[in-house]
Amino acid sequence: MPKNQTIKKVLVIGSGPIVIGQAAEFDYAGTQACRSLKEEGVEVVLVNSNPATIMTDKEIADEVYIEPLTVSTLEEIIKKEKPDGVLPTLGGQAGLNLGMELAESGFLEKHGVKLIGTTAETIFKAEDRQAFKDTMEKIGEPCAASKVVHNVEDGIRFTNTIGYPVVLRPAYTLGGSGGGIAYNEQELTDILTNGLRLSRVGEVLVERCIAGWKEIEYEVMRDAGGNCITVCNMENIDPVGVHTGDSIVVAPSQTLGDKEYQMLRTSALNIISELNITGGCNVQYALKPDSFEYCVIEVNPRVSRSSALASKATGYPIAKVAAKIALGYTLDEIKNAITGKTYASFEPMLDYCVVKIPRLPFDKFITAKRTLTTQMKATGEVMSICSNFEGALMKAIRSLEQHVESLMEFGFDALSDKELDEELKIVDDRRIFCIAEALRRGVSYSHIHEITKIDPWFIDKLAILVEMEQELKTKELTPELLKEAKRMEFPDSVIAKLTGKSEDDIKNMRYQNKITAVYKMVDTCAAEFEAETPYYYSVYGGENEAFDTKPLKKVMVLGSGPIRIGQGIEFDYCSVHSTWAFKKEGFETIIVNNNPETVSTDFDVADKLYFEPLTPEDVESIVNIEKPDGAVVQFGGQTAIKLTESLLKMGVPIYGTKAEDVDAAEDRELFDRILEQTNIPRAAGGTVFTSEEAKAVANRLGYPVLVRPSYVLGGQGMKIAYNEQEIEEFIDIINRIAQDHPILVDKYLQGKEIEVDAVCDGTDILIPGIMEHIERTGVHSGDSISVYPASTISEEIQEKLVDYTKRLAQALHVVGMINIQFIVMEDEVYVIEVNPRSSRTVPYISKVTGIPIVDLATKVMIGNTLKEIGYPTGLAPKSDYIAIKMPVFSFEKLRGAEISLGPEMKSTGECLGIAKNFDEALYKAFLGAGVTLPKYKQMIITVKDSDKPEAVDVAKRFSALGYKIYATRSTAKYLNSHGVEALWVNKITQESPNVMDLILGHKIDLVIDTPTQGNGDKSRDGFLIRRNAIETGVYCITAMDTAHALARSLETAGRTLTPIDISAIADARSVTE
Amino acid sequence: MKAFLILEDGTVLEGTSIGAQRDVISEIVFNTSMTGYLEVLTDPSYAGQAVVMTYPLIGNYGITPDMESKRPWPDGYIVRELSRMPSNFRSEGSIQKFLEEFDIPGISGIDTRALTRILRDKGTMNGMITTNEHYDLKAALPLLKAYTTGNVVDKVTCKEKKTFEGKGKKVVLLDFGAKDNIARSLHKRGCQVTVFPAHTTAEELLLEQPDGIMLSNGPGDPKECTKIIAELKKLYDSDIPIFAICLGHQLMALATGANTRKMKYGHRGGNHPVKDLQTGRVYISSQNHGYVVDTDTLDENVAKPAFVNVNDNTNEGLSYVGKNIFTVQFHPEACPGPQDSAYLFDRFIEMMGGKK
Repeated sequence: MPKNQTIKKVLVIGSGPIVIGQAAEFDYAGTQACRSLKEEGVEVVLVNSNPATIMTDKEIADEVYIEPLTVSTLEEIIKKEKPDGVLPTLGGQAGLNLGMELAESGFLEKHGVKLIGTTAETIFKAEDRQAFKDTMEKIGEPCAASKVVHNVEDGIRFTNTIGYPVVLRPAYTLGGSGGGIAYNEQELTDILTNGLRLSRVGEVLVERCIAGWKEIEYEVMRDAGGNCITVCNMENIDPVGVHTGDSIVVAPSQTLGDKEYQMLRTSALNIISELNITGGCNVQYALKPDSFEYCVIEVNPRVSRSSALASKATGYPIAKVAAKIALGYTLDEIKNAITGKTYASFEPMLDYCVVKIPRLPFDKFITAKRTLTTQMKATGEVMSICSNFEGALMKAIRSLEQHVESLMEFGFDALSDKELDEELKIVDDRRIFCIAEALRRGVSYSHIHEITKIDPWFIDKLAILVEMEQELKTKELTPELLKEAKRMEFPDSVIAKLTGKSEDDIKNMRYQNKITAVYKMVDTCAAEFEAETPYYYSVYGGENEAFDTKPLKKVMVLGSGPIRIGQGIEFDYCSVHSTWAFKKEGFETIIVNNNPETVSTDFDVADKLYFEPLTPEDVESIVNIEKPDGAVVQFGGQTAIKLTESLLKMGVPIYGTKAEDVDAAEDRELFDRILEQTNIPRAAGGTVFTSEEAKAVANRLGYPVLVRPSYVLGGQGMKIAYNEQEIEEFIDIINRIAQDHPILVDKYLQGKEIEVDAVCDGTDILIPGIMEHIERTGVHSGDSISVYPASTISEEIQEKLVDYTKRLAQALHVVGMINIQFIVMEDEVYVIEVNPRSSRTVPYISKVTGIPIVDLATKVMIGNTLKEIGYPTGLAPKSDYIAIKMPVFSFEKLRGAEISLGPEMKSTGECLGIAKNFDEALYKAFLGAGVTLPKYKQMIITVKDSDKPEAVDVAKRFSALGYKIYATRSTAKYLNSHGVEALWVNKITQESPNVMDLILGHKIDLVIDTPTQGNGDKSRDGFLIRRNAIETGVYCITAMDTAHALARSLETAGRTLTPIDISAIADARSVTE
Repeated sequence: MKAFLILEDGTVLEGTSIGAQRDVISEIVFNTSMTGYLEVLTDPSYAGQAVVMTYPLIGNYGITPDMESKRPWPDGYIVRELSRMPSNFRSEGSIQKFLEEFDIPGISGIDTRALTRILRDKGTMNGMITTNEHYDLKAALPLLKAYTTGNVVDKVTCKEKKTFEGKGKKVVLLDFGAKDNIARSLHKRGCQVTVFPAHTTAEELLLEQPDGIMLSNGPGDPKECTKIIAELKKLYDSDIPIFAICLGHQLMALATGANTRKMKYGHRGGNHPVKDLQTGRVYISSQNHGYVVDTDTLDENVAKPAFVNVNDNTNEGLSYVGKNIFTVQFHPEACPGPQDSAYLFDRFIEMMGGKK
């Protein structure tokens, strides 16, 4: 079927801020789809509240709206832009829900706009619980039987019809509390009675228990002509019970015979046909390990995290093809861009094994529960490719950048046999390491399988790795043994440790015996056809395929690895833009990265893609083959920066700022010298290695002090210490990982925080804009609400900021990007830190100022001056718009995580509010972050003593907005005595009704709770209030500045919001250039 | 023990011996299926060939009852890695033992991707698997060049007829090396299926008064089967509905005046898109063939293309003008591979006047 000619303009809905469960994969999918649409001459209007995305670039879409993803905003945009179609299947669940609401309300029909890529009926059939069940029943596809019950008798009656065990899930309880698995009637009665009592609505879902079955997924495509194919299937190593986003996943399935494989494949095709899906779809199955029985767990009628993984695992561009299908094409009309010869109507054949491991945030949230359940907790993931499973797993483990390079980690060796056996029962991110230790001790496969339900095939693979550890430990290291260890991708460092040799010894032995990595191509077709797109992975042994090279200068761009808190999608944005800029400058570009969710690992972003871990050894292997003229480390966050020294040792020049200058910014003593030289003040401080030293420094400075390790991103390990006890605690946490660099202890100054990104060519600088944080220092910049242009600083301060930035950039000989954080206290400006690299704010500031920062930085890095490029230097004129960046958190997904803001970053994503004036921008920013208040106009305030005076102002504002204020004893007393009416409510530990009952009453809009300083995590009362608020969906604020901002936003609410096409900002700028 | 794969062009790849340890010369072909190694091994169409599996991890689920005939047929088996511990609830043993039991030599530890690239670029060629470390390349190459698969249908066809009782349509299945799932697919649809040896004469078959004739898949160069082709011409004239798969499809084309040609490296795998020219629908099919009907030689008054391969436009099926005959190059019986075209068996039942 040829393209539908009536679709000339399409509105694409993005997925909004990055949160756990909805991350960078949608930027990847959206970007690919937009490019695919533009390729067809379709005009693309894009709406997404997330400014850190590539899809919101003017290069990707024709009109770009960084606006809150609400129905009313979309309606405004549709009225203004008059698109022919709306494509809702690329923006995750958020996009799908919005598309559905627009269709259901009749708005689309009224305005003559079609939903493309899916229909409302399809979405309904796939998403509505009952409709889905009915549809599956109609075509004979089994689902796990379930029923909602309101009393124990119904529960028993239903369970008798489906058999034990059953899972019980009470409705509306905290994080699933009160649920469980019942194996017999007694247990059922007990759990059900309790669950019904705990559930606010007295409702419990009784479901057949399929925990322990194999979890298998299929990615399916279908066109309007009814043609369908499966792109890939995937097998979760963790059986049903762990969310697929938190599971270790392998592609293709490894333990399924053709019978099982085809049975589920046929089922997936039947489902996609019955749902009448046109585009991509993900079907998840539970397969009983000892029969052909299976259940359909879930269907996602859109692109998803799994489809991103499947695309990267196979080379099949699902989003691109889905976009073409939405325009009316059939699969056999769409070219396979990888081979350039075949068509999209085929099924990729892999001749390698792919392993995905989730990146979990437990290094950030040390109090959070590590247990993995059906609630996803991962912030990102890594993928690796190898011709054997062992190698793929080993590569994936080190790609996670968690200081873990083998299965011999997490201290399981210290446990007794009995303790280890208990540990095996715990399902968390360390499970495979625990199994490895059990295998080392000779625990049988069957015992491990019995407990974990992990297929013995995978257990055997772990055993093979464990056996290799033993061989390396006990046998002489012959070339044959080394070759075998490398075949399984043991890194040199681990081989060195096990054999008692040095890493260099191992490397030399490898080179002498020609044991080096070769590169194979991901080509969608197992070498059956020649491929045109070089997308490589390493293996040891065999022929090298990576030899094609252009006669151009060659640059290697190092990516940022898995998405984690502190190092998010922003760095992928920068890597991609830098790659494009190098391409424009006539370079051959190479990207090295291991994150399957990102745009940077799309097959056609760089000339060559190496899907590899970002360790010195892995990078060196690529360097040996490619021999690049230079590498870029400024854009890949700390991951890439960390590789600088190793790259120099390999003889690869670094484009931009020199390594020693990067050091001068990171190394305390060197940096102090720079500050002295430039005459710029900073908070007093010192460097330490031990807590004794730290205490000495703190006593000299006076408390509170800021404690942090050097060379980290996102304030990892950064804390404010108020006493000696805390110093000890924090230094101890930091030193759990051996530190190559000293720990910094600084006097904590509380003032206004300012952030600047700039491009410097060694002499001149360009500052696109100055950003001001709403929260005072002490809250990590990534967690602060950030305002551009800075609105409350004087002309003199601004001049000082520009001057300091210039002095620092020059003193550090910055060539490329620099990011500086300042404190403004009274009329003095202090430096907090300088990062001679791109930062998290680059995408946002690029978009709102229209200045292509990464592009300029790249041009400067290869030797151009800003003047030559034709950009004015100094501070760029302010834009006509106010843009406010709002952090977005995923606390509700992480049980037990401390939510109060501090110097260590905790947000997972961000959204933007952009408007002609401050108030509207602020309101949009809160809206974009999902804060839709007021609802019940009731709030709770409980603040520490030092915040009480400010709490009065805040309370007055909310009171004026009609809010009824509850407060705990001392806060209530203070407020009342200062003229604000506040109702006194008991603390958690006091008798009911207390503050907890209030929260659980589900009538509270907002909790303002500032944590008592000096007690760390031990202030259980506040901690519980905050956790309970978050888990019941109550918005919770832990900084007074945020509270003021919210009040201001609500005071100006109710106006009509004007959507702003930011591509016009960029256009306006380029005209003035 | 070390083993070597020597190709006709002089390439030598080193690996580890698996299965039988005797030398073997054969035609080397690659199959891209990711599952179904057992169905591939027991597919009689591989007689006279050694198979390279492009998927690197083979034997993961061991030996299950999913056999397409009584024994494995390839002359040799070439893999990257064999699983040391199969895992599946139906697994009855390992592939290593299976190859040994049926005396099939093989080689593991081969860079199968590099090997596939050679076969793709230079075309299918002959090769030798040997465990002799002192092999004489000069002496071996002429032997390799001289090898032909010959008439392998005789080797794989059944010796005597057998019947699967059924109450529905009466089908005679001519076994050129049939995969069991062809008979199963018809039997499952209620047919009474009688399987006949390849050299059964047309007269004998017609004596059965069948409702339909099924021509099976099979190994080798179709042009070698001159006697069978002559018999098929008679069946063509009989007006009994005929459905043919793979070799059967090629033989019917030859019997009616068209020609076949050898492909560069054939189609072997479970991901080949075929387009039904009548409906425009594309189906993913299971394939295993090295020869193809040359559509330029078709007499349009006799047969018209019914299916085409979306990747390379080669013929994938014919419908015969004025006849109740249609034939396909791919494998609607799947096993291994996608079952998307199983509906063709229903179409055959309808052709015989039955209901699907």
